[in-house]
Amino acid sequence: MTTTTELPRAAFPFIVVDDMGRPALTAQRCTKCGATYPDSERMACGKCGARADALEAFSPAMEGTLHSAVIVRRGFPGVEVPFISAVVDLDGGPTLKGTLRHSGFELDDIQQGRRVKVVFDDALGRQDKNGNSYIAHHFEPLSA
Amino acid sequence: MSQDTYIVGIHMIDFGRYPHRTPAQLGAQAALEALDEAGVTIHDIEAVFSGSNYTTMIGQKILQQIGQTGVQIINLVNACSTGASAVRMATTAIRAGEFDTVLCVGVEQMTGLGMLGGAVPGSIPTEGILGSATMPAVFGESGMEYAARSGATFADFAQVAVKNHHNATMNPKAFLRKETPLDMVMEAEMIAYPLTKLMCSVNVDGAAAAVVMSEKKVKELGLMDRAVRIRASSMASAPWQERDPVMHDVNGPTRLAAQKAYAMAGVDPKDIDLVELHDCFASVEIQHYENLGLCGDGEGVKLLRDKTTEIGGRIPVNASGGLLSKGHPIAATGIANMYEIVQHLRGHAGERQVQGAKIGMTHVVGLGTSAAVHILEKM
Ligand SMILES: [Zn+2]
Repeated sequence: MTTTTELPRAAFPFIVVDDMGRPALTAQRCTKCGATYPDSERMACGKCGARADALEAFSPAMEGTLHSAVIVRRGFPGVEVPFISAVVDLDGGPTLKGTLRHSGFELDDIQQGRRVKVVFDDALGRQDKNGNSYIAHHFEPLSA
Repeated sequence: MSQDTYIVGIHMIDFGRYPHRTPAQLGAQAALEALDEAGVTIHDIEAVFSGSNYTTMIGQKILQQIGQTGVQIINLVNACSTGASAVRMATTAIRAGEFDTVLCVGVEQMTGLGMLGGAVPGSIPTEGILGSATMPAVFGESGMEYAARSGATFADFAQVAVKNHHNATMNPKAFLRKETPLDMVMEAEMIAYPLTKLMCSVNVDGAAAAVVMSEKKVKELGLMDRAVRIRASSMASAPWQERDPVMHDVNGPTRLAAQKAYAMAGVDPKDIDLVELHDCFASVEIQHYENLGLCGDGEGVKLLRDKTTEIGGRIPVNASGGLLSKGHPIAATGIANMYEIVQHLRGHAGERQVQGAKIGMTHVVGLGTSAAVHILEKM
């Protein structure tokens, strides 16, 4: 088995990386009830129970609205603080959790309703035990 | 034949640090005290429901300490609802008519575990990339969602810690027993805004146990003097909500479990004299005022500000000092909450006694999610 690749790998199941190494978000929508999921291979719909054949893949919007967030001041060893842990409702769904970067750390910076965009970047330089790099999503404030 | 069930003996050990004792010893201590209070022995126990999130086969390990009678033992792992799940299972089994006397135990040894949550095993560590999965962050996000909806402020959340720590100064079993004025709480080390260190429950070692009995057996043994009736025993998991599975939902399952409990008991929220609820973090206590129906939606902050949930108020909440003061040994907490209610219903709560308490409610909720609500009554 080969253990390393030239292309970065997707850090999460809602990110796909094409042959050219270009990342994109992917999500699933239930055609029976409309529920959306940040996932690529659910077994069934968690809302209505429709089986996988009722779930369709779609490319979610790259912008969304902050639903809730906290300013993390004490983290685990090796994790740089502070950072903002954010729950974001992408326009049209689904909801995604991630880290909001390039932001201040005041109460105003984590207000519900703040507009943000999704960008892709290396997963903070973290590699797996085989030396593979990963691509992750990051939220950034959407400047007016 | 379905029949009422009763707690006839209940005990929680002093929660704290026991690095030189085993989880089985802690559980055995709680179990023996509960048996003694009930006036029965291990030979009267027909089944055991036990739970621990960090120790496997805890029930067998406890009975190896206090008496291997060969009875059925079922171990439960249900996050913070584990201890309450054991009592729920006991009531179900007794009502089914299979047993009359059942032992329930919850145990956790947590010294040295550090902050819970965080990095999920996978290709790379995700903490700091996928936001934060630590418990303070997860509950902080739930709290900020509530703040946006209700107008609750950082100071309101901090006030919950002020109240509960004050109550704990009257509870010799609490781990943290000191007054924490509002400025002290707000200026303590910020863990994840809006939660400072004094607004987070502490990992401690602990155990709690209860002997649950059928009404027939209580009468046969003449134990009605100490028996506390379980008027409702109800559990629920998280119903789907639009941010599943990204956001953990502690509100939905609590609401479902509470609604079922009120229906089972045939009582209204206004009939409840005191509540021990799952204040693993200060902010969530206010959310649970609404989830448990102690007030209307959007009225939780007012309930706190009006001092309604203080001892002496209309419906005291967490007279024990709550998880914020007692510490939170995950699987033991559910039964420990019942222990507090039983003390008040028996009039044994000392300085913090809620006067005239007849009916009390306990609540726990474990992420994942599982909520349990019990309604207890002293005849
Ligand atoms: Zn569906």
